[in-house]
Amino acid sequence: MSLPATSYSATNPFGQGLQWLQDGANWQGAMGIPQRVAEHLGYSGLVLLISLAIAVPIGLYVGHTGRGRVVVVSLSGVLRALPTLGIMTLFALMATSTLSLMPAVWALVLLAVPPILTGTYAGISAVEPEIVDSARSMGMTEWQVLFGVEVPNGLAVMLGGLRSAVLQVVATVAVVAFISLGGLGRFIIDGLAVQDYGQVLGGAVVIAALAIVIDGLLALLQRVAVSPGLHEAGHVPADTPTAIAETATTGGKP
Amino acid sequence: MQWFLANLPQVLSLTGSHLVQAVVPLALSVVIAIPLAQLARLNKALGAFILSAGSLLYTIPSLALFVILPGLLGTKILDFTNIIVALTIYAVALLVRSTLDALNSVDDGIRQAATAMGFKPVQRFLAVDLPLSVPVLFAGLRVISVSNISLVTVGALLGIPSLGFFFTDGLQRNFPTEIVVGIVGTLVLAVVMDALLVLLQRLLTPWLHTPKLAGVPA
Repeated sequence: MSLPATSYSATNPFGQGLQWLQDGANWQGAMGIPQRVAEHLGYSGLVLLISLAIAVPIGLYVGHTGRGRVVVVSLSGVLRALPTLGIMTLFALMATSTLSLMPAVWALVLLAVPPILTGTYAGISAVEPEIVDSARSMGMTEWQVLFGVEVPNGLAVMLGGLRSAVLQVVATVAVVAFISLGGLGRFIIDGLAVQDYGQVLGGAVVIAALAIVIDGLLALLQRVAVSPGLHEAGHVPADTPTAIAETATTGGKP
Repeated sequence: MQWFLANLPQVLSLTGSHLVQAVVPLALSVVIAIPLAQLARLNKALGAFILSAGSLLYTIPSLALFVILPGLLGTKILDFTNIIVALTIYAVALLVRSTLDALNSVDDGIRQAATAMGFKPVQRFLAVDLPLSVPVLFAGLRVISVSNISLVTVGALLGIPSLGFFFTDGLQRNFPTEIVVGIVGTLVLAVVMDALLVLLQRLLTPWLHTPKLAGVPA
């Protein structure tokens, strides 16, 4: 089951990739590029929803109360070292039915939780204690302090964590094609299987373009969502807790 | 466990190739990122370009980069070089940023003192700026090391030998034990590399670990 083979006139791989991308047959039907993009985004969206539902509440709790910090930091470290491909294949084997989506989704959740969790926790706990204390002394309840003060102030770092999670998930969803699911990785895996290098390269270019576009959108969101009052402070100096938290949440490339 | 012992030679040889693919990029990235970071510090426009080029390259998913590189480099798709170059690109992108932060955080007073003592610019960079940046540099290296070791396994999808082979092979043979051996092997490798980096950092920054003197804050 694959696309009709594109006939190439180019001999070098990049020419073939270009021709593959220009072939109209690759842009339609259940195995065409738009359908694969939709699958890719669908898997990524599901993974991110589950990960956000798990990681944000825990991150907010740990950041606000300061309790369980060591557990969160060490757990994220361990999760980060797990090879997602291995977890994915293991879950796929352990699952009762083959071709099911959920084993891959849970493996990817393990990948997405650490950056969101550490980003949320680091963003909240990097808010200056004086600000939090003055909010309390003005009579705000703990919930008001959390959502009215800590979240808006920590939002830039929190979104930084989300951005790095999204990036990793979108990149790693390409791997689920290996366990017979869809998504843009299909073009690479199928192309390699039949040595159709044009399809491999064309698919790779589409994945890269998708990742770059999504990252750009998130960068924009980060800029729009953060309160304008926080922009006035200008660039954050390199040694502030915020900057260090940002460095801590990046990395862990899929 | 029995399977692990029976297949020990294969485990060891795959661990070896895995280690080469993970460690060479780490070493290369240090050599490339430090001059780039210093360049970015001296020339703001160039610095902005280097940083944005880095984050753009960093955005490209690994599986895509692994298959694009052979076309660019003229290598075979099964070549180690592709993985090494791809991981070096990611590592440099990350490391330039943290090295730049590290160099920027060096106190200007210290720089002036070094200049006043007669250090030439290059000499000062190597003997003062760089050593003081080591802790931040190593924080970046540890992140990269962990992610490299996990990323190398993706090369198994293309047939490049690493511990990731146990994942693809285990799936095809419906044999979970093999996959678990691969996962544990990868984790052990990550932990050992991290410990080595911590040790190396301690050796490179002896002044941070001298016995505490009374009244002197650590």
